[in-house]
Amino acid sequence: MKIKGRSAALDDLDWRILELLQENAKQTYTKIGHLLGVAHSTVYDRIKRMEEYGIIKKYGAVIDLEKVGIKSITAFVTVYTDPKESGNIAEKLAEFNEVLEAFTSFSEELVIIAKVVAGDQGQLHSFIAQSIAPLPGVLRIRTSIVTRKYKEEPFRTGLNYNSPRKRGRRV
Amino acid sequence: MSVSPSPSRILRNLLRNEAFYFFTSIGNYTGQHADSLREFMQKIGEIDVKSLEFHLYREDFEKWIAQTLGDARFAAEIRNLRSRKVAGNLLREQLYNVVSRRYRELRGKMSFKVIT
Repeated sequence: MKIKGRSAALDDLDWRILELLQENAKQTYTKIGHLLGVAHSTVYDRIKRMEEYGIIKKYGAVIDLEKVGIKSITAFVTVYTDPKESGNIAEKLAEFNEVLEAFTSFSEELVIIAKVVAGDQGQLHSFIAQSIAPLPGVLRIRTSIVTRKYKEEPFRTGLNYNSPRKRGRRV
Repeated sequence: MSVSPSPSRILRNLLRNEAFYFFTSIGNYTGQHADSLREFMQKIGEIDVKSLEFHLYREDFEKWIAQTLGDARFAAEIRNLRSRKVAGNLLREQLYNVVSRRYRELRGKMSFKVIT
């Protein structure tokens, strides 16, 4: 890993380590080293540097809510805003536990798109009516409730078109 | 015995988090809200009738009137309207009549001038 200003340039080994960690963050340095043909101490050093530099932001557990008996619904909420208030509204939304992700976006109008989770439709509506609609600068809101999920993955290292491995690949 | 709040309290200007926000369905906010009973009455005349149907049959109007404005008698009148299962422009007309009648009644009881 080489530091270039505020960003870091990863080499092929770094990318391969990240790929394996994304598949299973609990596997040992020894196992990763074995899979990649390098010493476990090399893997340790690489991971530590990527953690220290904030490239690896955190490790977490993905919980299957249905298996623990928690029913929930997910919705994508599009908030049309006064452009002057857009940043404030997005920051406010990001503070709520119900909001899993929030983005500002621009197509024909400046909007905020938030992924929101709630126990049921009633709770979703109450959250939007009581916590989002009253925020200063909210012009209107459109909500799409997710009926079925086909895919949900974080960013995969294989999507990096700058990595040496990806450049060598035929698409 | 519960004590009814004064007409001036029911007719007061509300804070942002007390206002009524008009939606047409779950999570779909029209951008229209009412900061007072007077404004609520005005909005009934112009808001998409789908919004009136949505809120009436979710019991949102009667809950807001009882819990935020504190007018239990008025909430009962709205509940009575809901039980008649009216829809469309007939609902708009009847809702407007109920709200405007109560608004005029409260204004008449005011012992001092309301700033509107």
